[in-house]
Amino acid sequence: MDISAFVLFWAAIFTSNILLTNFLGMCSYLSVSRELESALGLGTAVIFVLTVTAALNWVVYHYLLVPFGIVYLQFIVFIIVIAAFVQFLELLIERYAPALYYTLGIFLPLITVNCAIFGVSLFMIIRDYNFLQSVAFGAGSGIGWLLAILMLAGIRRKLKEKLVPIGLRGAGISLIITGIMALGFVGFSGIVQIQ
Amino acid sequence: MTKKEIFLTAAFKENSIWRQILGICSALAVTNLMMNSLIMGLGVIFSLALANFSISIIRFWTPRSVRMMVQTLIIAAYVIIVDIFLKANMPEISKQLGPYVGLIITNCILMGRAEAFASQNNPLDSMVDGIGAGVGYTLVLLVISFFRELFGFGSVFGIKVFGAWWTNWSIMVMAPSAFFLLAILIWIINTHYYKVKA
Repeated sequence: MDISAFVLFWAAIFTSNILLTNFLGMCSYLSVSRELESALGLGTAVIFVLTVTAALNWVVYHYLLVPFGIVYLQFIVFIIVIAAFVQFLELLIERYAPALYYTLGIFLPLITVNCAIFGVSLFMIIRDYNFLQSVAFGAGSGIGWLLAILMLAGIRRKLKEKLVPIGLRGAGISLIITGIMALGFVGFSGIVQIQ
Repeated sequence: MTKKEIFLTAAFKENSIWRQILGICSALAVTNLMMNSLIMGLGVIFSLALANFSISIIRFWTPRSVRMMVQTLIIAAYVIIVDIFLKANMPEISKQLGPYVGLIITNCILMGRAEAFASQNNPLDSMVDGIGAGVGYTLVLLVISFFRELFGFGSVFGIKVFGAWWTNWSIMVMAPSAFFLLAILIWIINTHYYKVKA
């Protein structure tokens, strides 16, 4: 893959947004989008964890799994790396930045099960990115995810639930809003092609 | 509960996708073709049933504090089997599904069933519950992919059903249609559910 990391970063935000075109991280996206503040908190945590775990998993894959010939264990190893990193981060923040822990800490356990984190690690292996590309892709995907959840939270705040048909309330209307947002993001596609 | 009741509850009454809105990442991503959805569904049924079975067997010896980690590792082991099997026998489909096979591990349905059912019930019941939840999931995938493939490619399971006069709706192949179709499906089922309740 000879795409510059810079292009990849922007592409991950707009043309192939992790949520709106690759459908990753939907569970926490739907459940945490009720309030703007928590959406912002979770999104920030996702950006940070995504960037670091993409780098960590790249190093682990190329310097541990490939030399030892145990590439088939990549799923288990990636999950362990992600879970361990999130746990470590939680301890670190709690110890050194208690104020940050109260705003961000509650979202950290949610991140381990966020499929966007794991998905980005798998994408970077399948598409054979180098280290710099992986980090750029991770950071871009995180920002793209934050963008999507902020937009949904903003729209849902303005939404009058009473006017929505009863069967569509909650998840249904969120999916429709997401669909319209995805339709908007289709407009970006074709600027760069990364897959 | 009898085995049949467990199966029906898991597959329809408590269907993970439309009742609990779990595991919709893959429900949206692999539904562009019916064949992909079917293979994905079978993969989920396999790993869900066996993971539930294994988690239930060791439920008395698993310390509570590391429960989640143990469950995730068991699930991951079965998903790796599915992935290796697909790579060896259906390389074409494995390539199209891409990372979504591996993403079965973080599919909330598996963790959800492990927590809600397998950690409290006996192995055989858990396996039936796993198969039920998997079948319910597969059905939703097949319904969505039926419409997406029919309108997007004019075919069903790769067999052309519309003649040369048919113009493919390219929107159906793209991401937004998956969101709309799933929303409509949830709408129809919820409306029916509220009507029955009232």
